[in-house]
Amino acid sequence: MHIEKNTNKNLQSTECQIDISALETIIKDCKGVSGGLIPLLQRIQDQFTFIPPQAFKLIDKELNIPESESLGVATFYTQFKLNPTGKYTIKICKGTACHVQNASKIFDAISEYLQIKAGETTDDQLFTLELVSCLGCCSLAPAIMIGEETYGKLDDRSVISIIKEIQSRESK
Amino acid sequence: MSQLRVKVGLGSCGIAAGAQRIYDHLELIHQKNPEQWSLEKTNCIGICYSEPLVHIEFNDELYIYGNITPVGTEQVIESFLQHNTPPSAFLVYSSQLPASENDFINNQVKWALKNCGIINPEKIEEYEQMGGYQAVLKIQKWSPDRIIDEIEKSGLKGRGGGGFLTATKWRLASKQTKKNKYVICNADEGDPGAFMDRSILEGDPHGVLEGMIIAGKAIGATKGIIYCRAEYPLAIKRVQIAIEQAREKNYLGKNIFGIRGFDFDIYIKEGAGAFVCGEETALIASIEGKRGMPSKRPPFPAIKGVWDLPTVINNVETLVNIPTIINKGAENYARLGTEKAKGTKVFAITGKVKKSGLVEVPMGTPISTVIYDICGGTANGNKIKAVQLGGPSGGCVPAHLLDTIIDYDAIIETGAIMGSGGMVVMDESTCMVDVAKFFLTFTQSESCGKCTFCRIGTLRMLEILEKITSGEGEIEDLEILEDLALEIQSNSLCGLGQSAPNPVLSALKYFRDEFEAHIIDKRCPALQCSALIRYEILADRCVGCYQCRKVCPANAIESNDRRIHRIIEENCIRCGACYEKCRFDAIVRS
Repeated sequence: MHIEKNTNKNLQSTECQIDISALETIIKDCKGVSGGLIPLLQRIQDQFTFIPPQAFKLIDKELNIPESESLGVATFYTQFKLNPTGKYTIKICKGTACHVQNASKIFDAISEYLQIKAGETTDDQLFTLELVSCLGCCSLAPAIMIGEETYGKLDDRSVISIIKEIQSRESK
Repeated sequence: MSQLRVKVGLGSCGIAAGAQRIYDHLELIHQKNPEQWSLEKTNCIGICYSEPLVHIEFNDELYIYGNITPVGTEQVIESFLQHNTPPSAFLVYSSQLPASENDFINNQVKWALKNCGIINPEKIEEYEQMGGYQAVLKIQKWSPDRIIDEIEKSGLKGRGGGGFLTATKWRLASKQTKKNKYVICNADEGDPGAFMDRSILEGDPHGVLEGMIIAGKAIGATKGIIYCRAEYPLAIKRVQIAIEQAREKNYLGKNIFGIRGFDFDIYIKEGAGAFVCGEETALIASIEGKRGMPSKRPPFPAIKGVWDLPTVINNVETLVNIPTIINKGAENYARLGTEKAKGTKVFAITGKVKKSGLVEVPMGTPISTVIYDICGGTANGNKIKAVQLGGPSGGCVPAHLLDTIIDYDAIIETGAIMGSGGMVVMDESTCMVDVAKFFLTFTQSESCGKCTFCRIGTLRMLEILEKITSGEGEIEDLEILEDLALEIQSNSLCGLGQSAPNPVLSALKYFRDEFEAHIIDKRCPALQCSALIRYEILADRCVGCYQCRKVCPANAIESNDRRIHRIIEENCIRCGACYEKCRFDAIVRS
């Protein structure tokens, strides 16, 4: 399995189109909450599927947390994405049990089928591919998680049929 | 009419294996005949190898059915209802099976897991029926010192990996005079290959809450935080339900349990994905909303923790043991185990083992007992090569040392650590160089970057391991690896860096010959490192079907005039596609 640094962390130079007022509401809501930066970023990500670049400036303005600090936190934790993610995030477990049960094959199969690497999103914005350290379903290794659903005891064929099923459901 | 209770094991692993579909199917059938039998939810009992699981209680006997489908479950229930007999198909646990079949359950001693897979974790009443929240009532008039004395008597040590005496932490925090203090449940289970804490949170959330309440009473805290990985959505949901139920009954909030002046409430903080946050000081930084980077100790969190207030941080398994210790008595807990390691330990056993799952055994049990007598040895009868303990911070216990007992000191002597409870079984088909590389890849990418040796040293080590597995290693590399390992251990601030080289050192200690085979002979004995595998077509087996030639991405296969195929060595990129494709076993690896 070729483990790459999360390419999703590449900073965006261009501002993207988002609903600024929704962003403002969330940020203003967190005024005065101590230790609230991580939950705030989590809420922003829940709303937009990623942390839009405008957020950091607004957090600075409204909450007096310097951009360097909020961006530092956002880039430190793997959960935070700085680019839009697909409707479904496919998390491939690269835990020990999955590793010894050939998780790399699952990764390669999905990566080839969807033509994306770890951290990337498909052009149709349907899938984002991610490698995660352990899903805690070791007895079902190799395992993956799509959205909040976990799938186990996979091989390179069954995993593709799961993805195809989602694709056909979405195309309807 | 006889009583028939059907419980479906709805842990996140069970759901992944299809348990939710079974429950939904049974719910439909149950509506037609609700008087005849009852349908309930429970969590995983730990028989992960047979998931999905359906528990059936009939005439005071427990029958567990596994590897079962919705329709299969329906047939099992019908058989009970119509013939009053348990069908034998899909049966994985019952007193009617030969004793050896039940070893997995019967050879365990359950303290921490006693409610998992027994009660419905979403119902506070079921927890109370099992004696839940009685421990808080028992200690309500005890002084903090008496509670801590009792925990001290039990000998309970932190189950997250540190192995620090729980009572010592509590006493230090208890002595602090600050008015506000915190109890934190560390549920940032990050070791790949470990899922004990997830199972406990999903299966017995009230047990963890009760443990935290008792800790709160002992140290004089008013607030509890459960710091849980975001990768565990079901655990977070179940704990959230448990907190709400406990608040409703005034087991959390102000003057809880009617005890005047005892205020304690708990909330959940979701982790944002950083392994280093399992380290106490990094966890505190993360709760405060900062980058999860460790800081120097002392001051210890028990003196200066979250927001500079005294903070006790305990692991999930440690906390869930607390109410049981209070209820059953510390001396009974201390009776189990060895002189320095008391009580029980939960292990998540995975890898090349026949029965993988959750196992709780008394300390002092030999590792071999767990692997062979409880988990049935390897799945395919292969010889065990090593057992990995402690994940990326631990090391391997080789086959000839498997009689080592489960005890903090005994395991450290082998070069591994007790860790949080991950136990990965490896057989002859596992390459130890590859495993060492795997763990180092993990710690390398999880290093927070604060200490130079951890940040850059692990990367240099990883580069060397990559060099070795790709067939370009030199014999001097082993010396450099060991040298770097020692420097990283002694020049890193936190446990992550100090223990990151362990998997490599322990692999070098016991499996140096495998490293040498990669370097000198350019061969991977376990046939795992693709760059070192040679493929060959056996002429007498080849039928000339052209399948291998079609699938080869490098045009490295040619055929002679008799259509017998041959691999052109210098073109072969060793991808193994031909080996996978051949249906006549005509391609061999070496």
